[in-house]
Amino acid sequence: MSRVLVPCHVKSTVALQVGDMRTSQGRPGVLVVDVTFPNVAPFEEITFKNYYTAFLSIRVRHHTPLHTPSKWVTCLRDHCLMPDPHSEEGAQEYVSLFKHQMLCDMSRVLELRLILRQPSPLWLSFTVEELQIYQQGPKSPSLTFPKWLSHPVSNEQPAPRLEGLPDPSRVSSEVQQMWALTEMIRASHTSTRIGRFDVDGCYDLNLLSYT
Amino acid sequence: MRKAQGSWEKRILKSLNSMCTELSIPLARKRPVGEQKELLNKWNEMGTDEPDLSLFRPVYAPKDFLEVLINLRNPNYENGDSLSFRTHLGLIQVPLKVKDIPELKECFVELGLNTGQLGIDDSTQVPPELFENEHVRIGQKVLVQQDSAAAQQYIRQGSPTALRAELWALILNISSQPEDILYYEQLKTNVIQHDLLVDSLIYKDVKLTASNDDYYFVFEDYLYQVLLCFSRDTSVLSHFAYNSASPPKSYIRGKLGLEEYAVFYPPNGVIPFHGFSMYVAPLCFLYHEPYKLYQIFREMYVRFFFRLHSISSHPSGIVSLCLLFETLLQTYLPQLFYHLREIGAQPLRISFKWMVRAFSGYLATDQLLLLWDRILGYNSLEILAVLAAAVFAFRAVNLMEVTSLAAAEAVLADLSTLKVMPLLQIFLFATVT
Repeated sequence: MSRVLVPCHVKSTVALQVGDMRTSQGRPGVLVVDVTFPNVAPFEEITFKNYYTAFLSIRVRHHTPLHTPSKWVTCLRDHCLMPDPHSEEGAQEYVSLFKHQMLCDMSRVLELRLILRQPSPLWLSFTVEELQIYQQGPKSPSLTFPKWLSHPVSNEQPAPRLEGLPDPSRVSSEVQQMWALTEMIRASHTSTRIGRFDVDGCYDLNLLSYT
Repeated sequence: MRKAQGSWEKRILKSLNSMCTELSIPLARKRPVGEQKELLNKWNEMGTDEPDLSLFRPVYAPKDFLEVLINLRNPNYENGDSLSFRTHLGLIQVPLKVKDIPELKECFVELGLNTGQLGIDDSTQVPPELFENEHVRIGQKVLVQQDSAAAQQYIRQGSPTALRAELWALILNISSQPEDILYYEQLKTNVIQHDLLVDSLIYKDVKLTASNDDYYFVFEDYLYQVLLCFSRDTSVLSHFAYNSASPPKSYIRGKLGLEEYAVFYPPNGVIPFHGFSMYVAPLCFLYHEPYKLYQIFREMYVRFFFRLHSISSHPSGIVSLCLLFETLLQTYLPQLFYHLREIGAQPLRISFKWMVRAFSGYLATDQLLLLWDRILGYNSLEILAVLAAAVFAFRAVNLMEVTSLAAAEAVLADLSTLKVMPLLQIFLFATVT
């Protein structure tokens, strides 16, 4: 199934902190990333590169018919990206999340909100990078096979044999045997490479290159 | 990690280049015909050659590599001065995930107290009917079936000496076809035609390490035959797809910058360091035909040994092994760890060289082969870190009394009397935690 990148605007991360931001000492453990779409789009897949985020929640606001206020709905709750928030596992991985993993219907999305959590105090910062949203691409047009391909006609009357030519069925069986032989030879072809490391027989080197 | 590996590689290249310019020796040149004939004649006794290697020095030694690993820092990691619950008291400062003893017990379940082991249950006091005979019989059946997965499972309990060579070949997927013999002969021709600077490094390494070892000096000629061919083997380049390292590049003389004349140097992309030949030496006990020995070594290298000298976050990579060793020691022998740290003898400084060489040259050969059985069986090098911690646990009483790094090194200098399997079993399954 093809997928098409959906144009979206990713706002910068906002940290959520308790108390006065200027005087508090600790680093925020929760970040919020807002993604808005210029057009209402059916959501298929979201991909990003993790950078030390431990848990991810996604909330979505649907497009509703006019005059009804739209509410935020949670579609992914505390998805774990790092099994141990204190260690490196999963910290810099590429992640893909699909429509079928979401808790709610994602067909008409107005706005997306990613809530990133990193409870460990060991990391100086955390975020997600290279955020991209995809929607389902156009379905490939179904091909209709010509009738004669899908329903072969059997019992065709053989054409009258021409004088002096060998029997076509015998020829075809011999050709088939020859083809089988060539296939066998091709299959037993060894995979060991010759392994040349020189250029035209010359391997005179002076110094290593740093690039 | 990749950045650190890149800058480490640059250092190695610089070192090799400066050696080239100082000694005015080209990295590679074609041998004149006379020299080629001479080398071909003494192919089987290259050890008798005594070239002047005094000006050559190894490109790097394990302790240089340890310094690089100690200085690995994650820029996003809180490395504050204040001690927190996660301060790394050991040398490695990278917070990789390593297993603890309960997880190791699960992973190495076949080493448990209730399972028979070669290395323990084949000693002279134990009647062979209890375990050994049956184990040998199963081994023979596995070989007859030529079942590689069964062999890997079987060898976790150790391999009988008579079956080991075939079992390892089965697990590593080595079957000597005529084309493999031809390939080895082709490599031999390449050695004869071209002379590489790396050859002198290999000579020097063998003379410094294996030739001085009581067990391995008899195999000196084999080591040259394997290692010189290994440097010319371009099929090794394919392992760089899953290795964080990259092979060094060079240009044919006079054609600097032209991509058609760019080649890898050495042809297999691996620059040997001090102690490299010890990866091959134990295998000489098992295989006597050079081409078979060569194939087994090459496969062991591209599966396991390359991880011991490149920087990566892989659980069997050397960084994880070091961290696993330090964490095990800190968690289960905290008094010993604290004491050694106080006297300036960080345990990793002593055990690093054991792990980088996979204990080759430190243990007695039969014990080493039992250890390498388990590396093949579990397809992981973590057992090296566990054994290192077990050795410290075994000599803990003596180590608690030392007062300097040199004295600690002296306590742990001789491992040749150690029995590997009982140490591992006690450390994992019989220590009260």
